[in-house]
Amino acid sequence: MDKENLIETANKLRWQFGDGLHDLIIESIYKNAEEIAQKVISKKGNKQKFDFDRFIDKIVTSKWTGFPIMFLLLAFVFWLTVVGANYPSKLISFLLVDTVHPFLKGIALDLHFPWWLSGVLIDGAYLSMAWVVSVMLPPMAIFFPLFTFLEDFGFLPRVAFNMDSLYKKVGAHGKQALTMSMGFGCNAAGVIATRIIDSPRERLIAIITNNFSLCNGRWPTQILIASIFIGSLVPPYLAGLISAASVVGVAILGIIFSLIVSWFLSRTILKGEASAFSLELPPYRPPKILQILYTSLIDRTIFVLWRAVVFALPAGAVIWLVANININNISLAEHFINWVNPAAILIGLNGVIILAYIIAIPANEIVIPTVLMLTVLTTKISGVGAGAGVMFELENVSDVAALLQAGGWTTLTGINLMLFSLLHNPCSTTIFTIYKETNSVKWALISTFLPIILGISVCFIVTRIWFLFG
Amino acid sequence: MEKELNKNCANCPAHNLSHLVKLGIDMTDYDYVVALAGNPNTGKSTVFNNLTGLKQHTGNWPGKTVSRAEGGFIYANKRFKIVDLPGTYSLLSTSTDEEIARDFILFGQPDVTVIVVDATRLERNLNLVLQVLEITDRAVLCLNLIDEAERHGIKIDDRLLSKKLGIPVVPAAAREKIGISELLKMIYEVATGNYVCRPFRVTNDFHKLTHAVEELDKKLQELFPNLNNTRWIALRLLEGDQRIIDAVRSGEIGTIKLSENISA
Repeated sequence: MDKENLIETANKLRWQFGDGLHDLIIESIYKNAEEIAQKVISKKGNKQKFDFDRFIDKIVTSKWTGFPIMFLLLAFVFWLTVVGANYPSKLISFLLVDTVHPFLKGIALDLHFPWWLSGVLIDGAYLSMAWVVSVMLPPMAIFFPLFTFLEDFGFLPRVAFNMDSLYKKVGAHGKQALTMSMGFGCNAAGVIATRIIDSPRERLIAIITNNFSLCNGRWPTQILIASIFIGSLVPPYLAGLISAASVVGVAILGIIFSLIVSWFLSRTILKGEASAFSLELPPYRPPKILQILYTSLIDRTIFVLWRAVVFALPAGAVIWLVANININNISLAEHFINWVNPAAILIGLNGVIILAYIIAIPANEIVIPTVLMLTVLTTKISGVGAGAGVMFELENVSDVAALLQAGGWTTLTGINLMLFSLLHNPCSTTIFTIYKETNSVKWALISTFLPIILGISVCFIVTRIWFLFG
Repeated sequence: MEKELNKNCANCPAHNLSHLVKLGIDMTDYDYVVALAGNPNTGKSTVFNNLTGLKQHTGNWPGKTVSRAEGGFIYANKRFKIVDLPGTYSLLSTSTDEEIARDFILFGQPDVTVIVVDATRLERNLNLVLQVLEITDRAVLCLNLIDEAERHGIKIDDRLLSKKLGIPVVPAAAREKIGISELLKMIYEVATGNYVCRPFRVTNDFHKLTHAVEELDKKLQELFPNLNNTRWIALRLLEGDQRIIDAVRSGEIGTIKLSENISA
């Protein structure tokens, strides 16, 4: 019982200090640290030297210039991506779709594959994979190095610094600004990053709203749809700029939604006060170009691409199957599309998009390829594909545009697809991560359905307004 | 023939010190455990990657490493397991990060704790260093970002710092892979007990506090004669730290082995 005696004594002694004990201990540590530091640190004479870090910080975290600079930088990054991605896309598509695909078909023919086997494997799985690579690789190979450059340079903490007071105002943790920035890379990573938030209430808010950060898988969708439908509204020399601006607009809208939803949650099911924290602005560091190329190309681009390919292969097979299994002479896909079309058109989308989002739950990356494939199928366009459910060769953005317009798409469909791409369920990886992190089916379900409800409502409202003025 | 040559090389002492075998996540049958502690954004993950050959994502922002990352390397024929702890500003308060870091250093009993500090913010970083040295007596200080400090006109007397703290101090610029081999050498020296640390212990001139700590310290030493950081534990008891109270009550605290270099 000596141990109990010891603890007892400690408890008794504690009363002598009251609340001040913790401060007293910290004070003595600080004092010791200061003493040592003073002895070992010497600063060279010219103390008044121009402090570059503080100069930049004054500008990028200022009340007036902070946000505009943030948005301009983002817009610039997207502009480079939009403008730069087109040419390599053509090249890859020529290689994988125009050259390798007929070659594979030839082999299948030589080996006497049954039509359905070469259909599922080559027209379904292989072509969807080829599509994903040619559509996604170029924008990613441009966007990720630029994004990693900003991260390595030290810009992300400044974004968090600018945002932090906003998050506190809506009752969330300031660190949510950091996890939100992580979400721009990958929502599953963003959800895991919420571990830096200690309060369970604030952490849940951060987890649920992380999906409002546009992730890797959704950037290409945004960029492509923006260049087709928004860029075409203005003269060609402005197209790149306006498309980039609209993508930034959607990203900002996502941030606004994460604020609104955080506000809503912290006043309803997750009530509580925001806790205080201090955010340290790290020094700017000269980015290491080689390392940036390595991390962004290997860790991010190849990682995301690999994931997309892995999911695109079975999804391609599924698409081919739903397009070729017929009931009453109409394919499964068409049955579904015709069935949801009335409801989908009410919210300014169409049945193809809804079906694409269902097939693409495993990975946001394959939404666009799926949409295109299903459009070919339902519009029965000949010449671009080799039959129902076959992905086709589209050499550039204008081909895609022509196809979608043939499928009955309007500017409104494009805008709503961009909005729905922002506001819909997280991919299955993220949903699973949320479940693992919260250990609760309830929160995983809320995180899944809350954005869908929001997305449907927003698309509906936009459609009504569009028809009111259009 | 080639094998023969390698074998001869392996016998040469210079080989050990210059040849680091990065094991990635292979951590089987390790001889020593190394903990990597430090403030957020000081480059711990970069040091970790340099030692293990792993490509843990690094980024210029605080709070990037959210959970422990582990890896391994072979140096001088010894297998090391290295644990990258989350970055924290202190080991005192109650956040999960700080608890993970503190519990690992206290109960995980690493053979060496490498404290990575930002040379441009040494004074603030020292607060954590002093707290780590309260808990463990085998530590190496990695004075990282020394190139940046130089650019800012900051000069640090690393030998004096080493003398003051009683542990090896290695100036490094991990991003440029500068100082890594010296760091390895010191990790090895401390792990094997060749370098005997005499860690600096925080003093305070608040008589009431000193008195209370001494009283508890005496009782602790009677109860757990093998414990070497009784003063720190006394402070935690005084603060009412539940984790430590539980560890004292269950006797877990007594199982923390006395490191050999202190008994010598």
